[in-house]
Amino acid sequence: MAKIAAIVVTDKQSVGGGAPIFIAKDQAEQEKLAFSLEKILDVAAHDLKNGMIILVDHSAES
Amino acid sequence: MLALLKEKETISVILGISFGIIARIMMLRTDYRQYPTYPHGKVIHVSLGVIAAGLGAVAVPALLHKNYTAITFLTVAAQQFRDVRNMERQTLSQVDEMELVSRGKTYIEGIAMVFEGRNYLVIFCAFLASLFSSLFQWYWGIAAGLISLLIAKKLQSGRNLGQIADIQIAPIKLDGPDLYVGDIYIMNVGLTDDQRIIQEQAMGFLIIPKNKNVKVTIANLGQRQAILHNLTTILGVYRDEGEPTLLPMAKLDLKTGNLAVFMLPREKDEQIALQVAKSVPVLENAVRLPSESAATKK
Repeated sequence: MAKIAAIVVTDKQSVGGGAPIFIAKDQAEQEKLAFSLEKILDVAAHDLKNGMIILVDHSAES
Repeated sequence: MLALLKEKETISVILGISFGIIARIMMLRTDYRQYPTYPHGKVIHVSLGVIAAGLGAVAVPALLHKNYTAITFLTVAAQQFRDVRNMERQTLSQVDEMELVSRGKTYIEGIAMVFEGRNYLVIFCAFLASLFSSLFQWYWGIAAGLISLLIAKKLQSGRNLGQIADIQIAPIKLDGPDLYVGDIYIMNVGLTDDQRIIQEQAMGFLIIPKNKNVKVTIANLGQRQAILHNLTTILGVYRDEGEPTLLPMAKLDLKTGNLAVFMLPREKDEQIALQVAKSVPVLENAVRLPSESAATKK
């Protein structure tokens, strides 16, 4: 199963839980943060279409 | 020395070995895949081919001399060529870990199997040439050798994707982060930067199976990986390590059984790409024939 490596949001209230959470000021910063994290962590960024971008490690095994 | 050359047995063994070696060299094609690698991969397989040819050719005089125990070492040969298969599997699996788009296990098994099978074909060619020149005149040996070469050539080539399915170019669509090839959902691309690259570079195919047997074949994950690997080998791939989003992918349309292929080629030429997709080999291990089942024949 793939693993969520990080979550990038603009709205602090919308998340909580086990994965590292990064909070951006606005959408532009969110996009930049997600881009950097994608390259640094070697994981894929996915847009949940509710203002949240999650970074998922598809190579992680179970 | 000359007297030895005139003996029938010597001639038949020489003919057998020659045809065996010709068969091996004929079946040892190094094409765009560059496999077996040149020069050492080729040296290995030609050498093994010589051994196989020798075994096949010598078996006939041994039989004619009623030396039946000598035939048992053909089993040693079988063991030897199973090892060839293992060797190829190991090498390819190791190399596969370092590929940008991997071959996949099914493709590797297929290639390894081919190497083993071709050695047996070499034994068969050598045996026939040797047998006919032992029993009849030497020129019958040559005739039998030529016919066995034709048979080996026929057995060498499998089918390709273009023969079992219709392949067409399909448009790439991005609906926000959602990526589609035609109407088939491929994946979610989160970053606008990646979306832009995909918009510029990507190419899509739709593979439409011609019958229900083919549906099973193209649904096989190994066959799909082989399609992606072959396309990237020839067209190049717009991808690097650390870019997990730029990943060529193939997804099924569950309703129809069509396969959508998402590609990121370096050379974006639709006609060449279509040609390449059609020439992808159908993997022996991916073929199933549900139409041959007794349950469906009624």
